[in-house]
Amino acid sequence: MASIWEYANPRKFMSVTDRVLPWIAGLSAIALVAGLAWGFFLTPDDYRQGSTVKIIYLHVPAALMAINGWLMMLAASLVWLVRRHHVSALAARAAAPVGAVMTVIALLTGAIWGQPMWGTWWAWDPRLTSFLILFLFYLGYIALWAAIEDGDTAADLTSVLCLVGSVFALLSRYAVNFWNQGLHQGASLSLDKEENVADVFYFPLLLCIAGFVLFFLALVLLRTRTEIRARRMRALMARERMA
Amino acid sequence: MKALLVRDLKLAVRAGGGFGLGLAFFLIVVVLVPFAVGPETALLTRIAPGILWIGALLACLLSLDRILALDREDGSLDLIATAPLPLEAAVSVKALAHWLTTGLPLVIAAPVLGVLLNLRGEGYGWLVVSLAIGTPALSVIGTFGAALTVGIKRGGLLLSLLVLPLYVPVLIFGAEVARRGAEGLSVATPLALLGAVTCGTIALLPFASAAVLRVNLR
Amino acid sequence: MPDLGKYAGAVLSAYAVSLALLAVLVLWSLWRAKRVKAALEKVEARRNGQD
Repeated sequence: MASIWEYANPRKFMSVTDRVLPWIAGLSAIALVAGLAWGFFLTPDDYRQGSTVKIIYLHVPAALMAINGWLMMLAASLVWLVRRHHVSALAARAAAPVGAVMTVIALLTGAIWGQPMWGTWWAWDPRLTSFLILFLFYLGYIALWAAIEDGDTAADLTSVLCLVGSVFALLSRYAVNFWNQGLHQGASLSLDKEENVADVFYFPLLLCIAGFVLFFLALVLLRTRTEIRARRMRALMARERMA
Repeated sequence: MKALLVRDLKLAVRAGGGFGLGLAFFLIVVVLVPFAVGPETALLTRIAPGILWIGALLACLLSLDRILALDREDGSLDLIATAPLPLEAAVSVKALAHWLTTGLPLVIAAPVLGVLLNLRGEGYGWLVVSLAIGTPALSVIGTFGAALTVGIKRGGLLLSLLVLPLYVPVLIFGAEVARRGAEGLSVATPLALLGAVTCGTIALLPFASAAVLRVNLR
Repeated sequence: MPDLGKYAGAVLSAYAVSLALLAVLVLWSLWRAKRVKAALEKVEARRNGQD
Protein backbone atom coordinates (compact mmCIF):
# COMPACT_ATOMS: atom_id res chain seq x y z
CA MET A 1 0.00 0.00 0.00
CA ALA A 2 1.18 3.51 -0.73
CA SER A 3 2.11 5.80 2.13
CA ILE A 4 -0.77 7.05 4.18
CA TRP A 5 0.30 10.65 3.80
CA GLU A 6 1.15 11.79 0.36
CA TYR A 7 4.09 13.73 1.64
CA ALA A 8 6.60 12.62 4.23
CA ASN A 9 6.60 15.99 5.89
CA PRO A 10 2.93 16.19 6.87
CA ARG A 11 3.17 12.66 8.15
CA LYS A 12 5.99 13.51 10.50
CA PHE A 13 4.22 16.69 11.52
CA MET A 14 1.12 14.72 12.40
CA SER A 15 2.97 12.19 14.52
CA VAL A 16 4.97 14.82 16.38
CA THR A 17 2.05 17.12 17.05
CA ASP A 18 -0.07 14.18 18.08
CA ARG A 19 2.27 13.70 21.01
CA VAL A 20 3.05 17.37 21.74
CA LEU A 21 -0.37 18.95 21.35
CA PRO A 22 -1.97 17.71 24.61
CA TRP A 23 1.00 19.05 26.58
CA ILE A 24 0.87 22.46 24.96
CA ALA A 25 -2.89 22.64 25.38
CA GLY A 26 -2.63 21.61 29.03
CA LEU A 27 0.16 24.08 29.77
CA SER A 28 -1.70 26.91 28.06
CA ALA A 29 -4.83 26.13 30.08
CA ILE A 30 -2.85 26.15 33.32
CA ALA A 31 -1.04 29.39 32.47
CA LEU A 32 -4.22 31.10 31.29
CA VAL A 33 -6.31 30.10 34.29
CA ALA A 34 -3.55 30.88 36.76
CA GLY A 35 -2.59 34.17 35.12
CA LEU A 36 -6.13 35.44 34.70
CA ALA A 37 -7.17 34.32 38.19
CA TRP A 38 -4.07 35.93 39.69
CA GLY A 39 -4.77 39.12 37.80
CA PHE A 40 -8.49 39.15 38.45
CA PHE A 41 -8.64 38.15 42.10
CA LEU A 42 -5.28 38.92 43.67
CA THR A 43 -4.02 42.21 42.24
CA PRO A 44 -4.96 45.60 43.69
CA ASP A 45 -6.81 48.29 41.77
CA ASP A 46 -4.81 51.01 40.11
CA TYR A 47 -5.07 54.35 41.90
CA ARG A 48 -6.13 56.13 38.72
CA GLN A 49 -7.87 53.46 36.65
CA GLY A 50 -9.63 51.66 39.48
CA SER A 51 -10.56 48.08 38.74
CA THR A 52 -10.48 48.60 34.95
CA VAL A 53 -6.75 47.94 35.16
CA LYS A 54 -7.69 44.24 35.28
CA ILE A 55 -8.65 44.41 31.60
CA ILE A 56 -4.94 44.67 30.81
CA TYR A 57 -4.54 40.91 31.37
CA LEU A 58 -6.69 40.26 28.32
CA HIS A 59 -5.98 43.32 26.25
CA VAL A 60 -2.19 43.29 26.10
CA PRO A 61 -1.71 39.54 25.43
CA ALA A 62 -4.43 39.57 22.77
CA ALA A 63 -2.91 42.58 21.05
CA LEU A 64 0.50 40.96 21.21
CA MET A 65 -0.78 37.76 19.64
CA ALA A 66 -2.69 39.69 16.98
CA ILE A 67 0.60 41.12 15.72
CA ASN A 68 2.67 38.00 16.32
CA GLY A 69 0.01 35.94 14.56
CA TRP A 70 0.47 38.02 11.44
CA LEU A 71 4.26 37.74 11.76
CA MET A 72 3.93 33.98 12.05
CA MET A 73 1.80 33.93 8.90
CA LEU A 74 4.41 36.04 7.16
CA ALA A 75 7.18 33.63 8.15
CA ALA A 76 5.10 30.61 7.14
CA SER A 77 4.25 32.24 3.80
CA LEU A 78 7.93 32.86 3.11
CA VAL A 79 8.78 29.25 3.94
CA TRP A 80 6.04 28.09 1.58
CA LEU A 81 7.22 30.36 -1.25
CA VAL A 82 10.86 29.33 -0.86
CA ARG A 83 10.77 25.71 0.27
CA ARG A 84 7.27 24.61 -0.82
CA HIS A 85 6.43 22.77 2.40
CA HIS A 86 2.70 22.24 2.42
CA VAL A 87 2.52 22.19 6.20
CA SER A 88 3.84 25.73 6.22
CA ALA A 89 1.15 27.09 3.93
CA LEU A 90 -1.55 25.25 5.85
CA ALA A 91 -0.21 26.57 9.17
CA ALA A 92 -0.49 30.11 7.82
CA ARG A 93 -4.06 29.40 6.82
CA ALA A 94 -4.80 27.89 10.24
CA ALA A 95 -3.37 30.89 12.08
CA ALA A 96 -5.38 33.57 10.28
CA PRO A 97 -8.75 33.14 12.06
CA VAL A 98 -6.99 32.87 15.43
CA GLY A 99 -5.13 36.10 14.77
CA ALA A 100 -8.32 37.78 13.61
CA VAL A 101 -10.11 36.80 16.83
CA MET A 102 -7.17 38.13 18.86
CA THR A 103 -7.47 41.43 17.00
CA VAL A 104 -11.18 41.58 17.79
CA ILE A 105 -10.53 40.84 21.47
CA ALA A 106 -7.89 43.54 21.63
CA LEU A 107 -10.25 46.04 19.98
CA LEU A 108 -13.27 45.11 22.11
CA THR A 109 -11.48 45.07 25.44
CA GLY A 110 -9.83 48.33 24.46
CA ALA A 111 -13.22 49.87 23.70
CA ILE A 112 -14.70 48.62 26.97
CA TRP A 113 -11.72 50.03 28.85
CA GLY A 114 -11.84 53.27 26.90
CA GLN A 115 -15.48 53.97 27.65
CA PRO A 116 -15.04 54.75 31.37
CA MET A 117 -11.41 55.91 31.08
CA TRP A 118 -11.39 58.11 28.01
CA GLY A 119 -15.13 58.72 27.98
CA THR A 120 -15.44 57.20 24.52
CA TRP A 121 -15.67 53.73 23.02
CA TRP A 122 -13.56 54.64 20.08
CA ALA A 123 -11.07 57.32 19.17
CA TRP A 124 -9.09 57.60 15.98
CA ASP A 125 -5.91 57.17 17.91
CA PRO A 126 -3.04 55.81 15.78
CA ARG A 127 -2.79 52.59 17.73
CA LEU A 128 -6.50 51.85 17.57
CA THR A 129 -6.71 52.75 13.93
CA SER A 130 -3.79 50.60 12.87
CA PHE A 131 -5.33 47.66 14.68
CA LEU A 132 -8.55 48.15 12.80
CA ILE A 133 -6.55 48.15 9.57
CA LEU A 134 -4.77 44.98 10.68
CA PHE A 135 -8.17 43.39 11.18
CA LEU A 136 -9.13 44.34 7.61
CA PHE A 137 -5.95 42.66 6.37
CA TYR A 138 -6.86 39.50 8.27
CA LEU A 139 -10.33 39.56 6.70
CA GLY A 140 -8.98 39.95 3.19
CA TYR A 141 -6.46 37.15 3.73
CA ILE A 142 -9.11 34.76 5.06
CA ALA A 143 -11.51 35.67 2.27
CA LEU A 144 -8.89 35.00 -0.41
CA TRP A 145 -8.18 31.55 1.05
CA ALA A 146 -11.88 30.78 1.09
CA ALA A 147 -12.47 31.96 -2.47
CA ILE A 148 -9.99 29.71 -4.29
CA GLU A 149 -10.68 26.04 -4.86
CA ASP A 150 -7.24 24.76 -5.73
CA GLY A 151 -5.09 24.40 -2.62
CA ASP A 152 -1.67 25.17 -4.10
CA THR A 153 -2.91 28.18 -6.06
CA ALA A 154 -4.59 29.52 -2.95
CA ALA A 155 -1.41 28.99 -0.94
CA ASP A 156 0.67 30.87 -3.52
CA LEU A 157 -1.72 33.77 -3.86
CA THR A 158 -2.33 34.22 -0.15
CA SER A 159 1.40 34.06 0.53
CA VAL A 160 2.08 36.90 -1.87
CA LEU A 161 -0.86 38.81 -0.41
CA CYS A 162 0.62 38.28 3.04
CA LEU A 163 3.99 39.66 1.93
CA VAL A 164 2.52 42.68 0.17
CA GLY A 165 0.02 43.15 2.98
CA SER A 166 2.80 43.18 5.56
CA VAL A 167 4.56 45.99 3.76
CA PHE A 168 1.37 47.99 3.45
CA ALA A 169 0.33 47.27 7.03
CA LEU A 170 3.64 48.67 8.20
CA LEU A 171 3.23 51.63 5.87
CA SER A 172 -0.28 52.21 7.19
CA ARG A 173 1.03 52.14 10.74
CA TYR A 174 3.35 55.02 10.01
CA ALA A 175 0.84 56.80 7.81
CA VAL A 176 -1.74 56.64 10.58
CA ASN A 177 0.79 57.93 13.09
CA PHE A 178 1.50 60.84 10.84
CA TRP A 179 -2.15 61.47 10.08
CA ASN A 180 -3.23 61.68 13.67
CA GLN A 181 -0.37 63.86 14.79
CA GLY A 182 -1.70 66.24 12.21
CA LEU A 183 -5.00 66.35 14.09
CA HIS A 184 -4.25 66.04 17.79
CA GLN A 185 -1.10 67.65 19.05
CA GLY A 186 0.37 65.51 21.83
CA ALA A 187 -1.97 62.55 21.95
CA SER A 188 -3.51 62.79 25.41
CA LEU A 189 -5.21 59.46 24.85
CA SER A 190 -2.04 57.48 24.40
CA LEU A 191 -1.55 55.00 27.18
CA ASP A 192 1.85 54.02 28.37
CA LYS A 193 1.47 50.30 28.59
CA GLU A 194 4.57 48.36 29.47
CA GLU A 195 6.58 51.23 30.87
CA ASN A 196 4.15 52.22 33.55
CA VAL A 197 3.08 48.86 34.75
CA ALA A 198 4.12 48.21 38.34
CA ASP A 199 5.46 44.85 39.46
CA VAL A 200 2.15 43.78 41.04
CA PHE A 201 0.58 43.92 37.62
CA TYR A 202 3.66 42.88 35.70
CA PHE A 203 4.06 39.27 36.85
CA PRO A 204 0.48 38.10 36.35
CA LEU A 205 0.60 39.90 33.00
CA LEU A 206 3.69 37.92 32.01
CA LEU A 207 1.91 34.71 32.96
CA CYS A 208 -1.13 35.72 30.89
CA ILE A 209 1.10 36.50 27.92
CA ALA A 210 2.72 33.09 28.23
CA GLY A 211 -0.76 31.56 28.42
CA PHE A 212 -1.89 33.38 25.28
CA VAL A 213 1.25 32.36 23.38
CA LEU A 214 0.71 28.70 24.29
CA PHE A 215 -2.99 29.00 23.57
CA PHE A 216 -2.25 30.42 20.13
CA LEU A 217 0.29 27.68 19.48
CA ALA A 218 -2.08 24.91 20.55
CA LEU A 219 -4.94 26.23 18.45
CA VAL A 220 -2.76 26.73 15.40
CA LEU A 221 -1.38 23.20 15.70
CA LEU A 222 -4.87 21.78 16.08
CA ARG A 223 -6.15 23.74 13.12
CA THR A 224 -3.11 22.89 11.00
CA ARG A 225 -3.78 19.20 11.68
CA THR A 226 -7.34 19.75 10.48
CA GLU A 227 -6.11 21.49 7.34
CA ILE A 228 -3.66 18.67 6.61
CA ARG A 229 -6.41 16.11 6.96
CA ALA A 230 -8.73 18.17 4.76
CA ARG A 231 -6.02 18.41 2.12
CA ARG A 232 -5.35 14.69 2.28
CA MET A 233 -9.07 14.06 1.93
CA ARG A 234 -9.36 16.27 -1.12
CA ALA A 235 -6.42 14.49 -2.72
CA LEU A 236 -7.98 11.07 -2.06
CA MET A 237 -11.36 12.11 -3.36
CA ALA A 238 -9.80 13.56 -6.49
CA ARG A 239 -8.05 10.24 -7.03
CA GLU A 240 -11.33 8.39 -6.56
CA ARG A 241 -12.95 10.50 -9.22
CA MET A 242 -10.07 9.81 -11.58
CA ALA A 243 -10.28 6.06 -11.08
CA MET B 1 4.81 47.28 -25.29
CA LYS B 2 3.47 50.28 -27.10
CA ALA B 3 1.12 48.07 -29.07
CA LEU B 4 -0.31 46.65 -25.85
CA LEU B 5 -0.83 50.13 -24.46
CA VAL B 6 -2.52 51.38 -27.62
CA ARG B 7 -4.70 48.29 -27.74
CA ASP B 8 -5.81 48.69 -24.12
CA LEU B 9 -6.57 52.36 -24.62
CA LYS B 10 -8.59 51.65 -27.76
CA LEU B 11 -10.57 48.92 -26.04
CA ALA B 12 -11.34 51.20 -23.13
CA VAL B 13 -12.50 54.10 -25.26
CA ARG B 14 -14.63 51.94 -27.53
CA ALA B 15 -18.30 51.55 -26.65
CA GLY B 16 -18.83 49.30 -23.66
CA GLY B 17 -15.24 49.68 -22.60
CA GLY B 18 -16.22 51.45 -19.44
CA PHE B 19 -14.41 54.68 -20.20
CA GLY B 20 -16.34 57.50 -18.59
CA LEU B 21 -18.12 55.18 -16.18
CA GLY B 22 -15.62 56.03 -13.47
CA LEU B 23 -16.06 59.73 -14.19
CA ALA B 24 -19.83 59.47 -13.96
CA PHE B 25 -19.49 57.55 -10.71
CA PHE B 26 -17.18 60.23 -9.32
CA LEU B 27 -19.73 62.90 -10.24
CA ILE B 28 -22.56 60.99 -8.59
CA VAL B 29 -20.64 60.43 -5.36
CA VAL B 30 -19.85 64.13 -5.12
CA VAL B 31 -23.49 65.03 -5.82
CA LEU B 32 -24.76 62.60 -3.21
CA VAL B 33 -22.55 63.82 -0.38
CA PRO B 34 -24.38 67.13 0.21
CA PHE B 35 -27.66 65.19 0.33
CA ALA B 36 -26.23 63.06 3.09
CA VAL B 37 -24.48 65.68 5.24
CA GLY B 38 -26.64 68.71 4.49
CA PRO B 39 -26.11 71.72 2.24
CA GLU B 40 -24.27 73.85 4.80
CA THR B 41 -21.48 75.55 2.84
CA ALA B 42 -18.94 75.82 5.66
CA LEU B 43 -19.15 72.10 6.40
CA LEU B 44 -18.81 71.20 2.72
CA THR B 45 -15.79 73.45 2.39
CA ARG B 46 -14.16 71.68 5.30
CA ILE B 47 -14.72 68.14 4.06
CA ALA B 48 -14.35 68.82 0.32
CA PRO B 49 -10.73 67.56 -0.04
CA GLY B 50 -11.54 64.33 1.75
CA ILE B 51 -14.75 63.74 -0.21
CA LEU B 52 -13.00 64.35 -3.51
CA TRP B 53 -10.26 61.90 -2.56
CA ILE B 54 -12.70 59.21 -1.43
CA GLY B 55 -14.74 59.74 -4.60
CA ALA B 56 -11.69 59.39 -6.82
CA LEU B 57 -10.56 56.31 -4.91
CA LEU B 58 -13.93 54.58 -5.26
CA ALA B 59 -14.22 55.53 -8.92
CA CYS B 60 -10.79 53.99 -9.42
CA LEU B 61 -11.87 50.84 -7.62
CA LEU B 62 -14.94 50.49 -9.81
CA SER B 63 -13.04 49.72 -12.97
CA LEU B 64 -10.32 47.49 -11.51
CA ASP B 65 -11.86 44.15 -12.40
CA ARG B 66 -11.83 45.20 -16.05
CA ILE B 67 -8.05 45.43 -16.13
CA LEU B 68 -7.50 41.70 -16.53
CA ALA B 69 -10.85 39.89 -16.40
CA LEU B 70 -11.90 40.77 -19.96
CA ASP B 71 -8.52 39.74 -21.34
CA ARG B 72 -8.80 36.47 -19.50
CA GLU B 73 -12.23 35.77 -20.93
CA ASP B 74 -11.20 36.16 -24.56
CA GLY B 75 -7.88 34.42 -24.04
CA SER B 76 -5.64 37.35 -24.86
CA LEU B 77 -4.18 37.19 -21.36
CA ASP B 78 -2.54 33.86 -22.22
CA LEU B 79 -1.10 35.44 -25.35
CA ILE B 80 0.29 38.33 -23.32
CA ALA B 81 1.82 35.89 -20.85
CA THR B 82 3.57 33.88 -23.56
CA ALA B 83 4.72 36.95 -25.51
CA PRO B 84 8.42 37.89 -25.39
CA LEU B 85 7.53 40.94 -23.33
CA PRO B 86 8.20 40.16 -19.65
CA LEU B 87 5.03 39.83 -17.66
CA GLU B 88 6.23 42.47 -15.20
CA ALA B 89 6.34 45.00 -18.03
CA ALA B 90 2.99 43.88 -19.39
CA VAL B 91 1.42 44.34 -15.97
CA SER B 92 2.93 47.81 -15.68
CA VAL B 93 1.56 48.73 -19.08
CA LYS B 94 -1.85 47.48 -18.02
CA ALA B 95 -1.67 49.67 -14.93
CA LEU B 96 -0.59 52.62 -17.03
CA ALA B 97 -3.51 52.09 -19.40
CA HIS B 98 -5.86 51.94 -16.44
CA TRP B 99 -4.46 55.17 -15.09
CA LEU B 100 -4.72 56.94 -18.45
CA THR B 101 -8.35 55.92 -18.88
CA THR B 102 -9.49 56.25 -15.26
CA GLY B 103 -7.02 58.14 -13.09
CA LEU B 104 -6.15 60.95 -15.45
CA PRO B 105 -9.78 61.89 -16.21
CA LEU B 106 -10.46 61.92 -12.49
CA VAL B 107 -7.55 64.29 -11.91
CA ILE B 108 -8.87 66.61 -14.58
CA ALA B 109 -12.47 66.42 -13.37
CA ALA B 110 -11.68 66.91 -9.68
CA PRO B 111 -11.35 70.72 -9.73
CA VAL B 112 -14.70 71.03 -11.52
CA LEU B 113 -16.35 68.91 -8.85
CA GLY B 114 -14.48 70.92 -6.23
CA VAL B 115 -16.65 73.87 -7.21
CA LEU B 116 -19.74 71.86 -6.31
CA LEU B 117 -18.35 71.22 -2.84
CA ASN B 118 -17.24 74.81 -2.37
CA LEU B 119 -13.56 73.91 -2.15
CA ARG B 120 -11.46 76.82 -0.94
CA GLY B 121 -9.55 78.69 -3.65
CA GLU B 122 -6.08 77.72 -2.41
CA GLY B 123 -7.03 74.06 -2.52
CA TYR B 124 -7.47 73.48 -6.25
CA GLY B 125 -3.81 73.39 -7.13
CA TRP B 126 -2.83 70.99 -4.37
CA LEU B 127 -5.89 68.82 -4.97
CA VAL B 128 -4.86 68.30 -8.58
CA VAL B 129 -1.23 67.73 -7.61
CA SER B 130 -2.10 65.21 -4.90
CA LEU B 131 -4.45 63.30 -7.18
CA ALA B 132 -1.96 63.37 -10.04
CA ILE B 133 0.71 61.86 -7.80
CA GLY B 134 -1.58 59.52 -5.89
CA THR B 135 -3.80 57.96 -8.55
CA PRO B 136 -0.96 56.13 -10.37
CA ALA B 137 -0.33 54.26 -7.11
CA LEU B 138 -4.04 53.42 -6.94
CA SER B 139 -3.87 51.96 -10.45
CA VAL B 140 -0.75 49.91 -9.70
CA ILE B 141 -2.14 48.56 -6.42
CA GLY B 142 -5.43 47.85 -8.16
CA THR B 143 -3.66 45.89 -10.86
CA PHE B 144 -2.12 43.74 -8.14
CA GLY B 145 -5.59 43.10 -6.72
CA ALA B 146 -6.96 42.32 -10.17
CA ALA B 147 -4.11 39.86 -10.77
CA LEU B 148 -4.86 38.15 -7.45
CA THR B 149 -8.55 37.68 -8.20
CA VAL B 150 -8.46 37.10 -11.95
CA GLY B 151 -9.14 33.38 -11.57
CA ILE B 152 -12.16 33.82 -9.30
CA LYS B 153 -15.65 33.99 -10.65
CA ARG B 154 -17.53 37.01 -9.36
CA GLY B 155 -14.38 38.22 -7.65
CA GLY B 156 -15.41 41.88 -7.71
CA LEU B 157 -16.40 42.10 -4.07
CA LEU B 158 -13.34 40.16 -2.93
CA LEU B 159 -11.20 42.48 -5.04
CA SER B 160 -12.55 45.47 -3.13
CA LEU B 161 -11.94 43.78 0.21
CA LEU B 162 -8.34 43.04 -0.75
CA VAL B 163 -7.51 46.36 -2.36
CA LEU B 164 -9.14 48.86 -0.01
CA PRO B 165 -6.83 48.19 2.97
CA LEU B 166 -3.88 48.55 0.61
CA TYR B 167 -5.20 51.98 -0.38
CA VAL B 168 -4.97 53.31 3.18
CA PRO B 169 -1.48 54.89 3.04
CA VAL B 170 -2.11 56.55 -0.33
CA LEU B 171 -5.44 57.90 0.86
CA ILE B 172 -4.00 59.24 4.11
CA PHE B 173 -1.10 61.07 2.49
CA GLY B 174 -3.06 62.20 -0.57
CA ALA B 175 -6.00 63.58 1.38
CA GLU B 176 -3.60 65.18 3.83
CA VAL B 177 -1.90 67.06 0.99
CA ALA B 178 -5.27 68.22 -0.36
CA ARG B 179 -6.52 69.21 3.10
CA ARG B 180 -3.40 71.11 4.10
CA GLY B 181 -3.32 72.74 0.70
CA ALA B 182 -6.90 73.95 1.09
CA GLU B 183 -6.17 75.29 4.56
CA GLY B 184 -3.05 77.06 3.38
CA LEU B 185 -0.65 74.97 5.46
CA SER B 186 2.67 73.55 4.37
CA VAL B 187 2.24 70.42 2.27
CA ALA B 188 5.89 69.44 1.90
CA THR B 189 5.95 66.44 4.25
CA PRO B 190 2.82 64.60 3.12
CA LEU B 191 3.63 65.41 -0.48
CA ALA B 192 7.07 63.86 -0.16
CA LEU B 193 5.64 60.79 1.56
CA LEU B 194 2.90 60.45 -1.05
CA GLY B 195 5.51 60.64 -3.78
CA ALA B 196 7.61 58.04 -2.01
CA VAL B 197 4.66 55.64 -1.68
CA THR B 198 3.78 56.08 -5.35
CA CYS B 199 7.35 55.58 -6.55
CA GLY B 200 7.76 52.54 -4.33
CA THR B 201 4.58 50.86 -5.51
CA ILE B 202 5.30 51.58 -9.17
CA ALA B 203 8.81 50.17 -8.81
CA LEU B 204 8.08 47.06 -6.77
CA LEU B 205 4.46 46.00 -6.99
CA PRO B 206 4.51 44.92 -10.67
CA PHE B 207 6.82 42.07 -9.62
CA ALA B 208 4.22 40.83 -7.15
CA SER B 209 1.43 41.30 -9.71
CA ALA B 210 3.33 39.33 -12.34
CA ALA B 211 4.11 36.59 -9.82
CA VAL B 212 0.47 36.07 -8.84
CA LEU B 213 -0.62 36.33 -12.46
CA ARG B 214 1.75 33.48 -13.35
CA VAL B 215 0.25 31.41 -10.56
CA ASN B 216 -3.25 32.14 -11.81
CA LEU B 217 -2.38 31.24 -15.40
CA ARG B 218 -0.63 27.95 -14.77
CA MET C 1 -14.97 37.86 44.36
CA PRO C 2 -12.91 41.06 44.51
CA ASP C 3 -14.64 44.38 44.92
CA LEU C 4 -14.64 45.93 41.48
CA GLY C 5 -16.18 49.23 42.47
CA LYS C 6 -18.01 51.36 40.01
CA TYR C 7 -16.26 49.80 37.03
CA ALA C 8 -17.56 46.30 37.70
CA GLY C 9 -19.69 46.34 34.56
CA ALA C 10 -16.80 47.27 32.32
CA VAL C 11 -14.36 44.75 33.77
CA LEU C 12 -16.82 41.88 33.85
CA SER C 13 -18.10 42.53 30.34
CA ALA C 14 -14.52 42.71 29.02
CA TYR C 15 -13.77 39.32 30.57
CA ALA C 16 -17.08 37.85 29.44
CA VAL C 17 -16.69 39.02 25.84
CA SER C 18 -13.07 37.87 25.56
CA LEU C 19 -13.58 34.48 27.16
CA ALA C 20 -16.71 33.90 25.08
CA LEU C 21 -14.81 34.70 21.89
CA LEU C 22 -11.95 32.41 22.87
CA ALA C 23 -14.39 29.64 23.76
CA VAL C 24 -16.21 29.98 20.44
CA LEU C 25 -12.89 29.81 18.61
CA VAL C 26 -11.79 26.70 20.50
CA LEU C 27 -15.12 24.91 20.11
CA TRP C 28 -15.30 25.76 16.42
CA SER C 29 -11.76 24.48 15.85
CA LEU C 30 -12.42 21.28 17.81
CA TRP C 31 -15.71 20.69 16.01
CA ARG C 32 -14.11 21.15 12.64
CA ALA C 33 -11.17 18.94 13.60
CA LYS C 34 -13.53 16.18 14.61
CA ARG C 35 -15.65 16.48 11.50
CA VAL C 36 -12.72 16.49 9.09
CA LYS C 37 -11.11 13.57 10.92
CA ALA C 38 -14.28 11.51 10.68
CA ALA C 39 -14.74 12.37 7.01
CA LEU C 40 -11.14 11.43 6.23
CA GLU C 41 -11.47 8.12 8.04
CA LYS C 42 -14.55 7.35 5.98
CA VAL C 43 -12.72 8.07 2.74
CA GLU C 44 -9.70 6.02 3.86
CA ALA C 45 -11.92 3.11 4.82
CA ARG C 46 -13.63 3.22 1.45
CA ARG C 47 -10.25 3.25 -0.26
CA ASN C 48 -8.89 0.35 1.78
CA GLY C 49 -12.06 -1.59 1.05
CA GLN C 50 -11.44 -1.25 -2.66
CA ASP C 51 -7.80 -2.32 -2.58
